[in-house]
Amino acid sequence: MKISVEKEYQGMVDAYGKAGGDKNALLGKEIARLVIHENRVLSANEAKGLKMETKETETGVNVSLVVEEGVKIPSPVHLCFGVLPKEGLQEIIMKVNARDNSEVSVIAHCIFPNAVKVVHKMDAEIEIGKNARFDYKETHYHGEFGGIEVIPKAKINVGKGGVWQSTFALSQGLVGKLDYDFEVFCQEKAVAELVVKVYGKGADDIKVWEKIHLNGAGARGLAKSRIVLSDKAKAEVKGETYGNAPHARGHVDCIELVNGTEAVARAIPIVSVTNGQAKVTHEAAIGSIDRKQVETLMARGLDESEAVDVIVKGILR
Amino acid sequence: MLEAQNLSLSLNGKSIINDLSLHVNKGEIHGILGENGTGKTTIAYLIMGVNNYKPSAGRIIFEGQDIADLSVSQRAKKGISLAWQEPARIEGLRVRDYLRLSSNNQGVVPIERYLWMVGLEPDRYLDRDIDTTLSGGERKRIELASVLAMRPKLAILDEPDSGIDILALPYILSGIVEMNKLGSSVLLITHNEKVVEIAHRVSVLCAGKILRTGEPAEMSLWFKENCQKCIHINEPVAGDEK
Repeated sequence: MKISVEKEYQGMVDAYGKAGGDKNALLGKEIARLVIHENRVLSANEAKGLKMETKETETGVNVSLVVEEGVKIPSPVHLCFGVLPKEGLQEIIMKVNARDNSEVSVIAHCIFPNAVKVVHKMDAEIEIGKNARFDYKETHYHGEFGGIEVIPKAKINVGKGGVWQSTFALSQGLVGKLDYDFEVFCQEKAVAELVVKVYGKGADDIKVWEKIHLNGAGARGLAKSRIVLSDKAKAEVKGETYGNAPHARGHVDCIELVNGTEAVARAIPIVSVTNGQAKVTHEAAIGSIDRKQVETLMARGLDESEAVDVIVKGILR
Repeated sequence: MLEAQNLSLSLNGKSIINDLSLHVNKGEIHGILGENGTGKTTIAYLIMGVNNYKPSAGRIIFEGQDIADLSVSQRAKKGISLAWQEPARIEGLRVRDYLRLSSNNQGVVPIERYLWMVGLEPDRYLDRDIDTTLSGGERKRIELASVLAMRPKLAILDEPDSGIDILALPYILSGIVEMNKLGSSVLLITHNEKVVEIAHRVSVLCAGKILRTGEPAEMSLWFKENCQKCIHINEPVAGDEK
């Protein structure tokens, strides 16, 4: 039996609300948004200067987003992707073009509350124009079964003076299997910031790969990751930054906290400079939760588990 | 309120605290004055129970109960707290949230007040993280504000003046006095004889032992004339103990 689009949409909104999201972001008529359940587009609401085109495929949806030249979208654009049944496949092929001097903030909510055997893939090609600014925040809401595979991949080109900032956050529910791979190419004076925050539990398997190529003079990049692991979760984080132009500045910043004795964390920072006037640095720290931090909070009356919780929430905030 | 009885602690075979006895009265600011390496921080850690420090001999009595086997949390819940000499930096924990959890979310006093008490403007600090973006002096003032917010029965302040610039020091001292007026007894640990001027009584520490206890002015003078000039670093000579 096929359920109506309205019911399907309400199901997505309810799941989002249950996960702690603000339902109004998916309901208000004036809010620019795109809501996709499995391979069906349930809602597409454009804003002035923002064009959305979608094409449903057998396994997902092809999406095109264009922000017109010089347009500054005043409110965040909400994207909502999800699979509500226990099993399913969702492949999102996305092409984004933020034209010169445009500005937009996009908030993506990815909802998989019942996943037992679900695959969510995103392949994105993103073009940020000259002096354009694109903020992208993707937050995942997973259930407690861990039966999900999340594979977000993006190639981003940031034009002269443009800014790309992205945050990928997955701290609710079990991660399942994550294979994150974002690669940014920065032209002259462009800025890229990639931030990943993940809380792995159970038998979660996490792979994070952040790559920044600083190809233009004066380009700047930060590849930052914050991973907390409990139980038998494992994570491997690769942060790569290449300084290929004069006065390019890059930094790789990775912290992985291991809570318990069975979780496994690896960090592989790669920094490379092919221009004598470029500078790229890195710092990576892997270890247990700092005892002094825990005792600082315990000395304020928190139990040890409460103190650890505060520290974990902080690092993933 | 607090009585340390014949405490001893050795680390890696070296005696750090050596048969130390100390009494802090209810409502008192009690100064511990000592040069570097005399065991000041170790006393703070032993009383708070941090860093896995446990006395190898002696007892720590707080309000009539031996607390040496209690966890840090249990001691805090009994009303003891510690402001560290070098406070921890915690990424993602905002000053606002740190003060709130310190005050146990009581909300009786607006948390902004505790920042004012240490000379920090709430609008500039509440939404900042207690991480490496704060200077050492700012972090220490926030540490003191968090102890103020907790309203402990006994506040152990480990070198609250170190790393603090000369303009900020009066805020720290007035914050400690205010803390005391609000009902906290204070164990004020320092190597600066000027700081203990706000104390009611002062004990001079050398080689993990209290040499003498008395009025702040008298003890400061004795400390200046003896400890600061002493060539017997961390080795009291005959006649020092009184």
